[in-house]
Amino acid sequence: MTAGAADSGFEHLVRELTPQVLGAVVRRFHDFASAEDAVQEALLAAALQWPREGIPENPRAWLIQVASRRMTDRVRSEAARRQRENAALHCGVLSPAPALRPETERDDTLILLFMCCHPALTPSSAIALTLRAVGGLTTAEIAHAFLVPEATMAQRISRAKQSIQASGVRFSLPSSRERVERLGAVLHVLYLIFNEGYTTSAGAELQRCELSREAIRLARALHGLLPDDPEVAGLLALMLLTDARRPARTGAEGELTSLAEQDRSLWDRREIDEGVALITAALAKGSVGPYQLQAAIGAVHDEAARAADTDWAQILALYDLLKRMSANPMVMLNHAVAAAMVHGPRAGIELLEAVDADGRLRGNHRLAAVRAHLLEMAGDGDAAMAQYQAAAAQASNIPERNYLLTRAARIRDSR
Amino acid sequence: MKYILMMNCPKTGYDSFGSWPKEAIRAHLAFMHGINKALKESAGFVSAEGLASPHEAKRVRAGKDGAPITDGVFPETKEYLAGYWIVDVESAERAYAIAARASAAPGPGGVPLNMPIEVRQVMSGPPEEFL
Repeated sequence: MTAGAADSGFEHLVRELTPQVLGAVVRRFHDFASAEDAVQEALLAAALQWPREGIPENPRAWLIQVASRRMTDRVRSEAARRQRENAALHCGVLSPAPALRPETERDDTLILLFMCCHPALTPSSAIALTLRAVGGLTTAEIAHAFLVPEATMAQRISRAKQSIQASGVRFSLPSSRERVERLGAVLHVLYLIFNEGYTTSAGAELQRCELSREAIRLARALHGLLPDDPEVAGLLALMLLTDARRPARTGAEGELTSLAEQDRSLWDRREIDEGVALITAALAKGSVGPYQLQAAIGAVHDEAARAADTDWAQILALYDLLKRMSANPMVMLNHAVAAAMVHGPRAGIELLEAVDADGRLRGNHRLAAVRAHLLEMAGDGDAAMAQYQAAAAQASNIPERNYLLTRAARIRDSR
Repeated sequence: MKYILMMNCPKTGYDSFGSWPKEAIRAHLAFMHGINKALKESAGFVSAEGLASPHEAKRVRAGKDGAPITDGVFPETKEYLAGYWIVDVESAERAYAIAARASAAPGPGGVPLNMPIEVRQVMSGPPEEFL
């Protein structure tokens, strides 16, 4: 993840191949947990050998071969330890990797995504396992991205694999009956990886962009596998349209800049164009879902040359739809902001009462922060300051806390 | 040798920080950002964390059945740990020098706060021959 430009090509190739290789090894040995370890070892061997000796002619077959050899070694030493002979497991010569049809490779990556994002796993386990088994990251890289010790992450991954083993899930695509629900879980995990990168839940650095980049890469791969699914396209578009604003989001000292005050010339035009094209095509398919709606909202923001040009009426209409689709308190909160921009701050403040009553955002700094913004818009400086400070006391992200304190100070200074 | 540098702040510190002028907050944060950046670029950095406001701080004890009994917030507590750095340096003097730099972070009007920073050595694991 931190590779320099020189070996980024190699890195890219290895990471692309990871799920294909893992899929092939699981198919041969029917043991997901051990196969996953064996593939990691093969990836490490490649990282040592390829830069020195050059990339083999068929890198995929090379990785499958090395991983399979690790698997047979493992099986053999296991068998030796038990002093039990099983001729079938003692295959002396490794049979060549079966030549898979491209469809099988595609399916394998999908199956792996479905497995790693299995509903039996907690989100943090699913995220870690997805990054390793599908993303091809090492445990050390994942641990670094989540700011936890490597041993902790290794435990998390190994528990996740045990849970999957225990759930008895087979290495095959989910039935069409299950598919919608399971795809929802996959999209949610990718969304969480992106968000973890974009707004860290704790700590001093607001953005750990390598996680966002990895989430975009995985979403892009999923979109390649399921090009006709509008929600997959919607999620990829949402990530691109959000990530496009990243360069303008923080100042020189890591401080947070609000959407209204960002220097829009810093936004990444290429990402915006790609995101807009994706979401436009997805919406045309006529099967609207929450990720498409959020992407559409992101597109409306990104297409405004200045904050004052934002088409808030359209954003409000989109939040109306989204709110009807998912009764999520964060959506209610954003809906209140959009209503305030269209109908005035008091209309927004009234809508916050429903968020209070909902109770799920109690103690969450975002509720107080939005109330503070709306009170500031309404010209009630004292109440706004108090809410900014309350929000700052609840924030667990240092740049967000600092932003809230600065907003309060700005009102005080202007008197 | 590893040292922990603990920045304590009075109970009112979190709240009074929020009532500084905007420029003072900005200057203070920029100063701390600079210290952290310099530390991370030096060889001695181990870790640094800032703690959330003590408004929600709880004191936890195990009950008879082992279940947590929480208690708090504590009006009697005068000081809170606001954050810490752990550094790995050659000498205690080096740790003191880093602590002194952080202590002099600017307050309102650019006046150094000279806040107290508690420096304690972090104990290491047993030497190999005892393992």
